Amino acid sequence: MVSLDKIKAIRDRVRKQFLPADNTYRVVVGMATCGIAAGAKSVYDELVKVIKEKGLDNVTVSQTGCIGACQYEPIVEVYSGDQRVTYVKITADKVDEIIYRHLMGGHPVEKYTIGAVLKSGEDDNILSIEDTAFYKYQKRVALRNCGIINPESIDEYIAFDGYQALIDCITKYTPEEVIEIVKASGLRGRGGGGFPTGIKWSLAAKNQADQKYVCCNADEGDPGAFMDRSVLEGDPHAVIEAMAIAGYAIGATQGYIYVRAEYPVAVKRLKIAIDQAREYGLLGKNILGTDFTFDLDIRLGAGAFVCGEETALMTSIEGKRGEPRPRPPYPAVKGLFGKPTILNNVETYANIPQIILKGSEWFASMGTEKSKGTKVFALGGKINNTGLVEIPMGTTLRQVIEEIGGGIPNGKKFKAAQTGGPSGGCIPSSKFEIEIDYDNLVNIGSMMGSGGLIVMDEDTCMVDIAKFFLDFTVDESCGKCTPCRIGTKRLHEMLEKITSGNATMEDLDKLEELCYYIKDNALCGLGQTAPNPVLSTLKYFYDEYKAHVVDRKCPAGVCKNLISYVIDDTKCKRCTACKRACPVQAIEGAVKQPHVIDQSKCIKCGACYEACKFGAVVKR
Amino acid sequence: MKKSISKIPFRGTPEQEKQLMEVIKKHRDQKDALIKVMQEAQEIYGYLPLEVQQMIAEGMNVPVEEVYGIATFYAMFSLSPKGENKISVCLGTACYVKGAQALIDRITEVLGIRPGECTEDGKFSLEACRCIGACGLAPVMTINDDVYGRLTDKDVDGILKKYMD
Amino acid sequence: MNMVNLKINGIPVTVPENYTILEAAREIGIEIPTLCYMWKMNEIGACRICVVEVKGARSLVASCVYPVSEGMEVQTNTLKIQKARKTTLELILSNHDKNCLSCVRSGSCELQKLCHDFGVDSARFDGDTPKFDIDYSAPHMYRDNNKCILCRRCVAACKAQHVGVIGANDRGFDTHIGCAFDMPLEKVACISCGQCIVNCPTGALSERDDTDKVFEALSDPTKHVIVQTAPSIRVTLGECFGMAPGSIVTGKMVAALKRLGFDKVFDTDFAADLTIMEEANEFLDRVKNGGKLPLITSCSPGWIKFCEMYHPDLLDNLSSCKSPQQMFGAIIKTWYAEKNGIDPKDIVVVSIMPCTAKKFEIGRADQSAAGNGIPDCDIALTTRELARMIERAHIKFDLLPDEEFDNPLGESSGAGVIFGATGGVMEAALRTAVETLEGKPLENIDFTAVRGTQSLKEAELEVAGMKIRVAVASGMESAHELLNKVKSGEAEYHFIEIMGCPGGCINGGGQPVQPASVRSFVDLKKLRSEALYADDRANTIRKSHENPMIKLLYNEYLEKPGSHRAHKILHTTYVNRSKMVVK
Ligand SMILES: Cc1cc2nc3c(=O)[nH]c(=O)nc-3n(C[C@H](O)[C@H](O)[C@H](O)COP(=O)(O)O)c2cc1C
Ligand code: SF4
Ligand code: SF4
Ligand code: SF4
Ligand code: SF4
Ligand code: SF4
Ligand code: SF4
Ligand code: SF4
Ligand code: SF4
Ligand code: FES
Ligand code: FES
Ligand code: FES
Repeated sequence: MVSLDKIKAIRDRVRKQFLPADNTYRVVVGMATCGIAAGAKSVYDELVKVIKEKGLDNVTVSQTGCIGACQYEPIVEVYSGDQRVTYVKITADKVDEIIYRHLMGGHPVEKYTIGAVLKSGEDDNILSIEDTAFYKYQKRVALRNCGIINPESIDEYIAFDGYQALIDCITKYTPEEVIEIVKASGLRGRGGGGFPTGIKWSLAAKNQADQKYVCCNADEGDPGAFMDRSVLEGDPHAVIEAMAIAGYAIGATQGYIYVRAEYPVAVKRLKIAIDQAREYGLLGKNILGTDFTFDLDIRLGAGAFVCGEETALMTSIEGKRGEPRPRPPYPAVKGLFGKPTILNNVETYANIPQIILKGSEWFASMGTEKSKGTKVFALGGKINNTGLVEIPMGTTLRQVIEEIGGGIPNGKKFKAAQTGGPSGGCIPSSKFEIEIDYDNLVNIGSMMGSGGLIVMDEDTCMVDIAKFFLDFTVDESCGKCTPCRIGTKRLHEMLEKITSGNATMEDLDKLEELCYYIKDNALCGLGQTAPNPVLSTLKYFYDEYKAHVVDRKCPAGVCKNLISYVIDDTKCKRCTACKRACPVQAIEGAVKQPHVIDQSKCIKCGACYEACKFGAVVKR
Repeated sequence: MKKSISKIPFRGTPEQEKQLMEVIKKHRDQKDALIKVMQEAQEIYGYLPLEVQQMIAEGMNVPVEEVYGIATFYAMFSLSPKGENKISVCLGTACYVKGAQALIDRITEVLGIRPGECTEDGKFSLEACRCIGACGLAPVMTINDDVYGRLTDKDVDGILKKYMD
Repeated sequence: MNMVNLKINGIPVTVPENYTILEAAREIGIEIPTLCYMWKMNEIGACRICVVEVKGARSLVASCVYPVSEGMEVQTNTLKIQKARKTTLELILSNHDKNCLSCVRSGSCELQKLCHDFGVDSARFDGDTPKFDIDYSAPHMYRDNNKCILCRRCVAACKAQHVGVIGANDRGFDTHIGCAFDMPLEKVACISCGQCIVNCPTGALSERDDTDKVFEALSDPTKHVIVQTAPSIRVTLGECFGMAPGSIVTGKMVAALKRLGFDKVFDTDFAADLTIMEEANEFLDRVKNGGKLPLITSCSPGWIKFCEMYHPDLLDNLSSCKSPQQMFGAIIKTWYAEKNGIDPKDIVVVSIMPCTAKKFEIGRADQSAAGNGIPDCDIALTTRELARMIERAHIKFDLLPDEEFDNPLGESSGAGVIFGATGGVMEAALRTAVETLEGKPLENIDFTAVRGTQSLKEAELEVAGMKIRVAVASGMESAHELLNKVKSGEAEYHFIEIMGCPGGCINGGGQPVQPASVRSFVDLKKLRSEALYADDRANTIRKSHENPMIKLLYNEYLEKPGSHRAHKILHTTYVNRSKMVVK
């Protein structure tokens, strides 16, 4: 076990590494899943190799977690003095040049820096990600260490005040005081529901029991969301520390982190981190010599979205089919193994140490009246800067999309933003100025969700999108309760009917009625929110539904049954490219002959549309 | 999605069984470790056939139906092995109308497996997939990373031969 | 227990704080419909038919699992609720084989009744409906998943039997009830108890119907068709005709059987007395000669199958006595056949049983007293099937006069009657064994310590200077618990009675199906078994060994209990079926 003094010593020693003098360099490579997939491993290996070859003892190389700018991976950053240079889209063959010119010659290689590569027309001489618009509005609390420290080093975490919050709690505060701080901060659950974290803790704290549990929801099932993965891969100790604090606050000695098995890197780093924390005596019996005992176990999800729901998650940890249980009793009363339990999301936990260290006022000073702090979003879809952004609550959708996200590609028009994944809804352009927080999103029929934010442009069919989400829920429904098991299936079938042009206006009424019924009657959150994508598109894009039903047309040109491909003879150069591309020989014509598509044969695969270089094949 | 159950005879080795028994021994008294044991069993065997589920059930002292219920609830668990060569036939619309079903039928004839299954010698597994975006070449099938297009059922034998030994 | 006050439909009610809304509503006569709910057995809130409005709640709540709280205001019957329930039913129907006309449960189906109550439109949400093959593999029952509503009551019942061979497989819309690897029921370690059937609200589960075979035999002039009725049938058959649970209908039952055309109507109670003669003798023999103890009763085929599958190391503890059903058939096809000069091949023995496992039992090996592959019993019907026969013959059951069993095998003692309830076999055996051991008539023949419907009972008796410890278990969960104690040495007994079904045969898997509203809130086990004990009290002969026909049988044919001949025709052997997770 390591003593308090020793921890302080580690902090002071390692901190120095992070303040490299002018002629020393600290090089970090983003090695979260995204970076690794983009090839960061070979970049890292090359850096290490060459630096060793050249014997550069004024350079340290280490890996780090997610920096957030996905489309620019692999990312390498070089710190020296107070300079930070962000290199993007780095491959192994660029490494030599960077080493030679920058690490040995002292001049950043401008052409590889983020400024040079950014598409949004910013200055070429921007060297660091911090100076980009993508980063400027961000405020990193949950992600503060991600992309900075080496997640596999507890010492680096400690260097950034890691575990100080836990130490403060168990040496300075009573459990009640800890809960008071969390309550006063106004922190609300980042897993989707937005339940006030302090209140959740106090409910569990007041239930007496021989055993209580602290659980972390790292199931992150929402397709398109990867905030929690990034935190676990980039800063696992923050979650561990926060869970120990939670254990202290509610009187639990055991915690479980439920991680989806699809996150091998996160699991690996968590395991390393837990072992390190145990070794340092920050987990286990009598933490740092006090009489507080707390330990952690990892449980792997096995592929079921519903296991993100709290009671299903606990049932799954118990080793059963992950079917939700009715509530009440709530987990705070009867949770894991029938004992009082709290469950919080990864990002929720990642905020806790900061709140303890910097105080609840500091945290509460960010955000809106009822939603404090920041929120991490995974920006995706039809937007220029995809990636991970952490913004203060209350940032407007416009700021996120136009400034941080850099707008919609190809000059297309913004149509909607989807938040909350399969439980959420679509925000139309009329709500572009909305300040993003829990209550505002709910009021317009969407929800915060875990933080997926998918942007859609004019080419997206909103009925099709609703169908896409329903397809997901039908697949992921656990099948326990009637409204969701059968109801979502029928919803999906109705949407299918609409998108294939076979529906009537009565069907639209029935669709809506069934949506409200499922919301009201389903057993768990999955079913209760499954109709949201339908309801919000019905609300904001009713005309699009009507076009499918009444005119039998898909205005966005997505729904296969409702579009046809025709050849505009005035543009056609009679080159036969389309004819050759057609898999079903639906196109009549020959060189120098008019080309015509036989609609009865056409299967609407779009191959001719892609094949024609002259824009002569048109969708109608 | 309903999981398809493999008809391949179980070919577990004594070493695999020994590994599994060790896993079970470690977790025997842990009421909540069933899923963990199943995950490790799948690592050992590649899938969870009846024989393995029975060993788990007996070892963990639960009805085998409970194991099966879990295996069919979570997407990660597989009831059929994957082959050394993974054949995937596109059943997207373009491929379908161009006779992809005939490809599948021929493969089934030659190898004796249906989609979702694996040959007895573990050499091939067959899957039907949705559009892989090569509609212009329809019908399309892939074996591992190789893409084959513009196929007829007559091409199947020749292509499979390449992977036979 | 703290009490809380709430209002349901404006009516104030005070109930213990651990009550659900559903339980509280019942206190003031408000019935809330249910489908998946079964009190203390299946409280999972899955079907959502029981939804109610709670003031302040975000959505409707399932009253069967929602706890009451102080000041709560509940509405159970608003238009919104009615609409929700209707939609729930319509969704269920959209995925249901709506074949009521020919459905075995038409008339007693909980789903059918609710659909009728709520005036559903059965085609409103029609869509994709998976088709399941009906599983007819097992000898005792079939499963028709096309009628299953996934309430999971059967799963809970099977788990409560410590068997758990059925459960929910796959997930989402594909979820269905089945065995591991969706194997047919016959291939898994099902003990044939039928508890899943009596808990099923619909026609998805049913006994295998053998009534046609009986009608055929009855219409065959070359066959001598004999029927026997198990002890518990007389206190349950009436329920099939709308009578209150616990009505004794012995006379009407006999009259109905005679009108159906059976050549002889006999009483299994007679064979129960015979079983006692043999079993008590076996017990005394083991006690005196240091045989294997504890001796465990063998009259319940559900239990026997459980023992063979899950506790094969205890097979030597089982009494070698055939069950009363089989002893009856054995005597008919030997003594009775000889006496009346009928070729046993021409005799058809039909038994009316509370039990689906009896259908399995008649096909067991080593159950042929007459030899030549002639089975002791030919056809085993459940109580429900008898009712079905009576209905098909259009006999007005409630208008029938009371009639008497035929003789000689219609004579029985009160000891035989109580076989139908848990503890009954033990009490009957004690009446004979204790009297034999002590060598003088018993002063008090009521062994109340082993009575009652609780699942585990034990008693210690002073008999002829010996301390005899006995235990009684019904339902396999309790039996399992008890046997583990015996094996670990934690408890020691001389004699154990085990019955396959919770409460014994009065609650057997072949008994009339009552809806959950009755099963949950009416103590069927108590009402039915009390009726049996009343019948016992009304009997002038209450000890098996005093049954004059039993005496006659031993005098004329068997000589004495445990004789060579008795052994040959009345005793049997068991099979180790362990590892029969899959056959
Ligand atoms: C169907 C469903 C899926 C969910 N998935 C997740 C998830 O992947 N991650 C998560 O943190 N919360 C998820 N939640 C929310 C959790 O149930 C729970 O409210 C949350 O983890 C509590 O933590 P918080 O208060 O810190 O947000 C999901 C909820 C539902 C109903
Ligand atoms: S709402 Fe859906 S996921 Fe939730 S319990 Fe019901 S069926 Fe399962
Ligand atoms: S859309 Fe496809 S099928 Fe139709 S004409 Fe074009 S290439 Fe042929
Ligand atoms: S590819 Fe375009 S230009 Fe060429 S023949 Fe077809 S439609 Fe005409
Ligand atoms: S189960 Fe009920 S509702 Fe279904 S067909 Fe049978 S009687 Fe009708
Ligand atoms: S109840 Fe109605 S549907 Fe059924 S038989 Fe009678 S008339 Fe026909
Ligand atoms: S008959 Fe008994 S053992 Fe068999 S499935 Fe039904 S409840 Fe289970
Ligand atoms: S078989 Fe019957 S009891 Fe079992 S789930 Fe289906 S409907 Fe319910
Ligand atoms: S207790 Fe009775 S009904 Fe149940 S299995 Fe045994 S004999 Fe059959
Ligand atoms: S940069 Fe890490 S998620 Fe993309
Ligand atoms: S449909 Fe087969 S590749 Fe597109
Ligand atoms: S949910 Fe209450 S009876 Fe089914």
